[in-house]
Amino acid sequence: MTYLQKNKAVSLMCTVLLFGYYALNVLQLQQSGRLTSISVFSLWATLIVIAIISNIVGVIITYIVFNVISVVRTNEAESEFVDERDKFIDLKGTRNAYAVTGMGVFFAAISLILDQPPLVTFNVLVFAGFSAEIFGDLSRLYLYWKAG
Amino acid sequence: MSSSPITNNIRKLRFEHDEMTQQQLAEKVRVTRQTIVAIEKGNYAPSLELAFRIAWVFNTPLEEVFIYQPEDDTS
Repeated sequence: MTYLQKNKAVSLMCTVLLFGYYALNVLQLQQSGRLTSISVFSLWATLIVIAIISNIVGVIITYIVFNVISVVRTNEAESEFVDERDKFIDLKGTRNAYAVTGMGVFFAAISLILDQPPLVTFNVLVFAGFSAEIFGDLSRLYLYWKAG
Repeated sequence: MSSSPITNNIRKLRFEHDEMTQQQLAEKVRVTRQTIVAIEKGNYAPSLELAFRIAWVFNTPLEEVFIYQPEDDTS
Protein backbone atom coordinates (compact mmCIF):
# COMPACT_ATOMS: atom_id res chain seq x y z
CA MET A 1 0.00 0.00 0.00
CA THR A 2 1.31 3.43 -0.88
CA TYR A 3 1.18 6.35 1.53
CA LEU A 4 -1.98 7.70 -0.13
CA GLN A 5 -3.76 4.37 0.12
CA LYS A 6 -2.91 4.15 3.81
CA ASN A 7 -4.02 7.75 4.24
CA LYS A 8 -7.41 6.95 2.70
CA ALA A 9 -7.75 3.81 4.81
CA VAL A 10 -7.06 5.81 7.99
CA SER A 11 -9.46 8.54 6.87
CA LEU A 12 -12.12 5.90 6.19
CA MET A 13 -11.65 4.34 9.63
CA CYS A 14 -11.90 7.74 11.33
CA THR A 15 -15.10 8.56 9.44
CA VAL A 16 -16.70 5.20 10.25
CA LEU A 17 -15.81 5.57 13.94
CA LEU A 18 -17.17 9.11 14.10
CA PHE A 19 -20.35 8.11 12.30
CA GLY A 20 -20.79 5.19 14.65
CA TYR A 21 -20.29 7.49 17.65
CA TYR A 22 -22.83 9.98 16.27
CA ALA A 23 -25.44 7.32 15.42
CA LEU A 24 -25.06 5.68 18.83
CA ASN A 25 -25.48 8.97 20.67
CA VAL A 26 -28.52 10.00 18.61
CA LEU A 27 -30.09 6.60 19.29
CA GLN A 28 -29.41 6.94 23.01
CA LEU A 29 -30.86 10.45 23.05
CA GLN A 30 -33.97 9.25 21.25
CA GLN A 31 -34.45 6.32 23.62
CA SER A 32 -34.05 8.55 26.66
CA GLY A 33 -36.50 11.10 25.20
CA ARG A 34 -33.87 13.83 25.08
CA LEU A 35 -33.67 14.08 21.29
CA THR A 36 -34.01 17.83 20.87
CA SER A 37 -32.47 20.23 18.40
CA ILE A 38 -30.11 21.62 21.01
CA SER A 39 -28.81 18.20 22.09
CA VAL A 40 -28.27 17.08 18.48
CA PHE A 41 -26.57 20.32 17.46
CA SER A 42 -24.35 20.14 20.53
CA LEU A 43 -23.45 16.55 19.65
CA TRP A 44 -22.75 17.58 16.08
CA ALA A 45 -20.50 20.45 17.16
CA THR A 46 -18.54 18.04 19.40
CA LEU A 47 -18.20 15.67 16.49
CA ILE A 48 -16.91 18.37 14.16
CA VAL A 49 -14.13 19.22 16.60
CA ILE A 50 -13.26 15.55 17.14
CA ALA A 51 -13.35 14.91 13.38
CA ILE A 52 -10.97 17.75 12.59
CA ILE A 53 -8.51 16.80 15.31
CA SER A 54 -8.62 13.05 14.61
CA ASN A 55 -8.21 13.54 10.87
CA ILE A 56 -5.26 15.85 11.31
CA VAL A 57 -3.65 13.56 13.88
CA GLY A 58 -4.41 10.46 11.80
CA VAL A 59 -2.94 11.96 8.64
CA ILE A 60 0.14 13.25 10.44
CA ILE A 61 0.79 9.95 12.20
CA THR A 62 0.30 7.98 8.97
CA TYR A 63 2.59 10.36 7.11
CA ILE A 64 5.35 10.23 9.72
CA VAL A 65 5.17 6.48 10.31
CA PHE A 66 5.02 5.66 6.62
CA ASN A 67 7.89 7.93 5.70
CA VAL A 68 10.10 6.72 8.53
CA ILE A 69 9.49 3.08 7.60
CA SER A 70 9.91 3.83 3.89
CA VAL A 71 13.19 5.68 4.36
CA VAL A 72 14.56 3.00 6.68
CA ARG A 73 13.61 0.16 4.34
CA THR A 74 14.48 1.71 0.99
CA ASN A 75 17.05 4.27 2.04
CA GLU A 76 15.31 6.70 -0.34
CA ALA A 77 13.67 10.03 0.31
CA GLU A 78 10.02 10.66 -0.39
CA SER A 79 9.20 11.63 -3.98
CA GLU A 80 8.51 15.29 -4.51
CA PHE A 81 6.08 15.10 -7.41
CA VAL A 82 2.34 14.46 -7.42
CA ASP A 83 1.49 11.34 -9.35
CA GLU A 84 -1.16 11.78 -12.07
CA ARG A 85 -2.88 8.48 -11.32
CA ASP A 86 -3.24 9.51 -7.67
CA LYS A 87 -4.83 12.78 -8.78
CA PHE A 88 -7.14 10.92 -11.15
CA ILE A 89 -8.27 8.46 -8.47
CA ASP A 90 -8.76 11.30 -5.99
CA LEU A 91 -10.95 13.17 -8.46
CA LYS A 92 -13.08 10.10 -9.13
CA GLY A 93 -13.51 9.57 -5.39
CA THR A 94 -14.52 13.20 -4.95
CA ARG A 95 -17.01 12.92 -7.80
CA ASN A 96 -18.62 9.86 -6.21
CA ALA A 97 -18.74 11.62 -2.83
CA TYR A 98 -20.49 14.61 -4.41
CA ALA A 99 -23.04 12.30 -6.02
CA VAL A 100 -23.92 10.81 -2.62
CA THR A 101 -24.08 14.28 -1.06
CA GLY A 102 -26.44 15.37 -3.83
CA MET A 103 -28.73 12.42 -3.11
CA GLY A 104 -28.63 13.30 0.58
CA VAL A 105 -29.69 16.86 -0.13
CA PHE A 106 -32.49 15.53 -2.31
CA PHE A 107 -33.78 13.27 0.46
CA ALA A 108 -33.44 16.10 2.99
CA ALA A 109 -35.61 18.27 0.76
CA ILE A 110 -38.17 15.46 0.52
CA SER A 111 -38.27 15.26 4.34
CA LEU A 112 -39.16 18.96 4.44
CA ILE A 113 -41.86 18.50 1.81
CA LEU A 114 -43.31 15.71 3.97
CA ASP A 115 -43.50 18.20 6.89
CA GLN A 116 -40.91 16.41 8.96
CA PRO A 117 -39.31 18.46 11.77
CA PRO A 118 -36.02 20.23 10.94
CA LEU A 119 -34.21 17.75 13.20
CA VAL A 120 -35.02 14.97 10.74
CA THR A 121 -33.72 17.08 7.84
CA PHE A 122 -30.56 17.82 9.79
CA ASN A 123 -29.97 14.15 10.56
CA VAL A 124 -30.55 13.22 6.91
CA LEU A 125 -27.94 15.77 5.87
CA VAL A 126 -25.48 14.53 8.51
CA PHE A 127 -26.03 10.95 7.40
CA ALA A 128 -25.52 11.99 3.78
CA GLY A 129 -22.31 13.79 4.68
CA PHE A 130 -20.84 10.80 6.47
CA SER A 131 -22.01 8.42 3.74
CA ALA A 132 -20.43 10.63 1.09
CA GLU A 133 -17.12 10.67 2.92
CA ILE A 134 -17.16 6.90 3.42
CA PHE A 135 -18.24 6.21 -0.16
CA GLY A 136 -15.58 8.56 -1.52
CA ASP A 137 -12.80 6.84 0.43
CA LEU A 138 -14.12 3.37 -0.46
CA SER A 139 -14.18 4.40 -4.13
CA ARG A 140 -10.57 5.52 -3.96
CA LEU A 141 -9.43 2.35 -2.20
CA TYR A 142 -11.33 0.23 -4.73
CA LEU A 143 -9.77 2.09 -7.68
CA TYR A 144 -6.29 1.67 -6.18
CA TRP A 145 -6.92 -2.06 -5.71
CA LYS A 146 -8.41 -2.48 -9.20
CA ALA A 147 -5.63 -0.63 -10.96
CA GLY A 148 -3.10 -2.96 -9.36
CA MET B 1 -10.18 1.89 -15.15
CA SER B 2 -10.74 -1.28 -17.14
CA SER B 3 -8.37 -2.85 -19.64
CA SER B 4 -8.10 -0.62 -22.69
CA PRO B 5 -7.55 -1.34 -26.41
CA ILE B 6 -4.09 0.20 -26.05
CA THR B 7 -1.26 -2.18 -25.25
CA ASN B 8 2.34 -1.25 -24.62
CA ASN B 9 5.89 -2.52 -24.89
CA ILE B 10 7.17 -0.78 -21.81
CA ARG B 11 8.32 -3.94 -20.06
CA LYS B 12 10.24 -5.08 -23.13
CA LEU B 13 11.76 -1.64 -23.63
CA ARG B 14 12.85 -1.50 -19.99
CA PHE B 15 14.75 -4.74 -20.35
CA GLU B 16 16.33 -3.53 -23.56
CA HIS B 17 17.53 -0.36 -21.83
CA ASP B 18 20.01 -1.84 -19.37
CA GLU B 19 17.26 -3.77 -17.59
CA MET B 20 15.78 -0.59 -16.22
CA THR B 21 13.59 -1.21 -13.18
CA GLN B 22 10.05 0.07 -12.81
CA GLN B 23 11.25 2.37 -10.04
CA GLN B 24 13.94 3.87 -12.24
CA LEU B 25 11.48 4.48 -15.06
CA ALA B 26 8.99 5.96 -12.59
CA GLU B 27 11.57 8.44 -11.34
CA LYS B 28 12.54 9.47 -14.87
CA VAL B 29 8.93 10.20 -15.88
CA ARG B 30 7.90 11.58 -12.46
CA VAL B 31 5.24 9.12 -11.39
CA THR B 32 5.11 6.40 -8.75
CA ARG B 33 6.21 2.83 -9.36
CA GLN B 34 2.60 1.72 -8.85
CA THR B 35 1.55 3.87 -11.83
CA ILE B 36 4.15 2.20 -14.03
CA VAL B 37 2.89 -1.20 -12.85
CA ALA B 38 -0.70 -0.21 -13.68
CA ILE B 39 0.33 1.06 -17.14
CA GLU B 40 2.28 -2.11 -17.96
CA LYS B 41 -0.66 -4.27 -16.92
CA GLY B 42 -3.01 -2.19 -19.07
CA ASN B 43 -5.06 -1.11 -16.05
CA TYR B 44 -4.33 2.58 -16.46
CA ALA B 45 -4.18 4.76 -19.58
CA PRO B 46 -1.49 7.43 -19.10
CA SER B 47 -2.05 11.02 -20.06
CA LEU B 48 -0.63 12.21 -23.36
CA GLU B 49 2.13 14.03 -21.54
CA LEU B 50 3.15 10.96 -19.57
CA ALA B 51 3.04 8.79 -22.69
CA PHE B 52 5.37 11.19 -24.48
CA ARG B 53 7.70 11.31 -21.49
CA ILE B 54 7.93 7.51 -21.46
CA ALA B 55 8.63 7.43 -25.20
CA TRP B 56 11.28 10.12 -24.75
CA VAL B 57 13.02 8.12 -21.98
CA PHE B 58 13.30 5.14 -24.31
CA ASN B 59 14.21 7.34 -27.30
CA THR B 60 11.48 5.49 -29.20
CA PRO B 61 8.52 6.79 -31.25
CA LEU B 62 5.23 6.86 -29.35
CA GLU B 63 3.62 4.35 -31.73
CA GLU B 64 6.29 1.80 -30.86
CA VAL B 65 5.74 2.22 -27.14
CA PHE B 66 1.92 2.22 -27.19
CA ILE B 67 -0.07 0.20 -29.71
CA TYR B 68 -3.71 0.86 -30.47
CA GLN B 69 -5.71 -2.23 -31.33
CA PRO B 70 -9.03 -1.13 -32.89
CA GLU B 71 -10.45 -4.66 -32.83
CA ASP B 72 -10.38 -4.48 -29.01
CA ASP B 73 -12.05 -1.06 -28.89
CA THR B 74 -15.63 -1.73 -27.77
CA SER B 75 -16.49 1.82 -26.62
